[in-house]
Amino acid sequence: MRHIISILMENESGALSRVAGLFSARGYNIESLTVATTEDPSLSRMTLVTSGTEDIIEQITKQLNKLIDVVKLMDMYECAHIEREMMLIKVRASDGGRDEVKRLADIFRGRIIDVTSNLFTIELTGTSDKLDSFVDVLEPSDIIEVVRSGVMGIARGEKALRI
Amino acid sequence: MELTGADIFVRCLAEEGVEFVFGYPGGAVLPIYDALYQQDKVQHILVRHEQAATHAADGYARATGRPGVVLVTSGPGATNAVTGIATAYMDSIPMVAFTGQVPTAMIGNDAFQEVDNVGITRPCVKHNFLVKDVKDLAETIKKAFYIATTGRPGPVVVDIPKDISTHKTEYKYPRRISMRSYSPVTRGHPRQIKKAIELMLTAKRPMLYTGGGVVLSNASKSLTEFARKLGYPITNTLMGLGAYPATDRQFLGMLGMHGTYEANMAMHNCDVLIAVGARFDDRVVGNVEKFCPTARIVHIDIDPASISKTVKVDVPIVGPVDQVLKEMLKLLKESGETPDAAAMKAWWKQIEEWRAMDCLKYKQDDEVIKPQYVVETLYKVTGGGAYVTSDVGQHQMFAAQFYKFDQPNRWINSGGLGTMGFGFPAAMGVQFAFPDETVACITGEGSIQMCIQELSTCRQYSLPIKIINLNNGYLGMVRQWQEFFYQGRYAMSYMESLPDFVKLAESYGHVGMQITRPADVEGALKEAMAMKDRLVFMDFLTDKTENVYPMVPAGSGQNEMILV
Repeated sequence: MRHIISILMENESGALSRVAGLFSARGYNIESLTVATTEDPSLSRMTLVTSGTEDIIEQITKQLNKLIDVVKLMDMYECAHIEREMMLIKVRASDGGRDEVKRLADIFRGRIIDVTSNLFTIELTGTSDKLDSFVDVLEPSDIIEVVRSGVMGIARGEKALRI
Repeated sequence: MELTGADIFVRCLAEEGVEFVFGYPGGAVLPIYDALYQQDKVQHILVRHEQAATHAADGYARATGRPGVVLVTSGPGATNAVTGIATAYMDSIPMVAFTGQVPTAMIGNDAFQEVDNVGITRPCVKHNFLVKDVKDLAETIKKAFYIATTGRPGPVVVDIPKDISTHKTEYKYPRRISMRSYSPVTRGHPRQIKKAIELMLTAKRPMLYTGGGVVLSNASKSLTEFARKLGYPITNTLMGLGAYPATDRQFLGMLGMHGTYEANMAMHNCDVLIAVGARFDDRVVGNVEKFCPTARIVHIDIDPASISKTVKVDVPIVGPVDQVLKEMLKLLKESGETPDAAAMKAWWKQIEEWRAMDCLKYKQDDEVIKPQYVVETLYKVTGGGAYVTSDVGQHQMFAAQFYKFDQPNRWINSGGLGTMGFGFPAAMGVQFAFPDETVACITGEGSIQMCIQELSTCRQYSLPIKIINLNNGYLGMVRQWQEFFYQGRYAMSYMESLPDFVKLAESYGHVGMQITRPADVEGALKEAMAMKDRLVFMDFLTDKTENVYPMVPAGSGQNEMILV
């Protein structure tokens, strides 16, 4: 099963490689990983999407907690949460296809952020499923380039991952 | 007062009470060596290869419980140390290894003797640091010792660029350290402890399975009292030998791949298993599907990640083994409850039947020396009181089976990583810690050659180690597997062109002996032990085809043993 694990860690050089190294050394898979500093510059927040049986996820969270640089973590699937990912997608849009692409972007609440005579670059935010769906509805040969941010997650309500 | 990084380094070690630093100099650590030269608080021990420095520090740590300290230069100095760091990591041994690094301005330029040491050691350390500012040096060293010695211990590497050693800053050693991202558990959860006691007392066929964590947690006394209070049978892992007296009736011997019949059968048939500071290693468990099929399991361990990693447990307790055992004893005494006496009587009757199989028996020979006989005789001659280190292979298993350790910290071997070449330098570390004690290194002609250069170190520091070389001309354990599982195709397991070990030892100024007849074994060992101030290299020519029994083949259940 897919899990989103949010991690607060010391903003030290090499902290990211400790997490990446842990996953490769123990054969866990990473579907996406995103990291940036928080409002406290000494802390980074990482969001990691992985999948596995309950036993594997338990080991992953234990092994992550064991890393000295990890301050705190949270498995988002243990609480109500919001998940977002951003995609920038460059699509061929010329002649008759131009309106169609524009319409699809509107349906998905995407924003066109760059235009040329035969291209649109669209910004789209949502769950990973939503981004997948948008890619699916486009003609594959029209897609020039896809950039995805990886998933971010945050708990709903009062619950928060903070020290 | 402003001090250079190198002076700060030396003062920090003195503050930590470090007696010995095992190391080897080189360009990147010259300023540190210069500072070491000008003081007398910390003694530096010069080895002949950086791998030996780490094993010596490791042996020191295992025997004393205090952290082993290593100092090596950048590049090849650091990479040579990696095997020893990984060895310490697999067995959770407290160690702080300082590695030199090229000056900060040159990092990343492929400078002379540069490697990314933090990157190389990352997967085999508890934590590592690259010091980028001399102002951080003292605090980093404090953190390194703190991390290495608390919680589940392990090696910590501190990489020090050359310019950091020469830069100056105000020196102040932090008295205490607290880290928001690291706070090891100091007490087991009381409710879990209570639950565990309740489960243990319902047992009809209980079994205590205890490991290296008991030694590391200094919990041998509590464990012994606990086991005796309950009267339950107990087995130790390879790493846990000595934590419970081996000569005690309740002790069933070591378990696992080359464990005793009674220990493995009791594991397989128990209904409540109490795992204490043990990690369900594959050499113990064998086939996970077939492991302890009828048992409910209690697991006490300081490391939450050890719990339910390979085998699902019913009552996990995260905490220091010693504290948890003491708490359990207290509860047991308070409640006044005792185990089911009738059930225990029947269980012990069954165990004694298994024990009567005498699974470690071997056929004594008049012509050829049996390796088991050498270890048995060493046990006899030393009165069971020696510090025994070993390398890896058949001799290691014979040592574990036939030397009966009644005290913890006396049996020193590379259990997790299985590092050949470990035993001899580890013995040096032990001998430095206990100059007046008997330190024996049980090894083989394969393993000893992996760090044999340390004969020179032993000469320099007059270390009277007794090397017991069980020389059968084969990489014995490899040969055994080839005999059992590869139809006797002995690929590369025969050792040709062996040196004359007697002459070799003599060339370093030590005493060499070769023993070829069983009748001479005891006399030779006595003679060697009597040479209190000399290293004696005893080359025993042993049976070439002797195997280690019993054996649980990899992937089998614990009840599926090959017996003699």
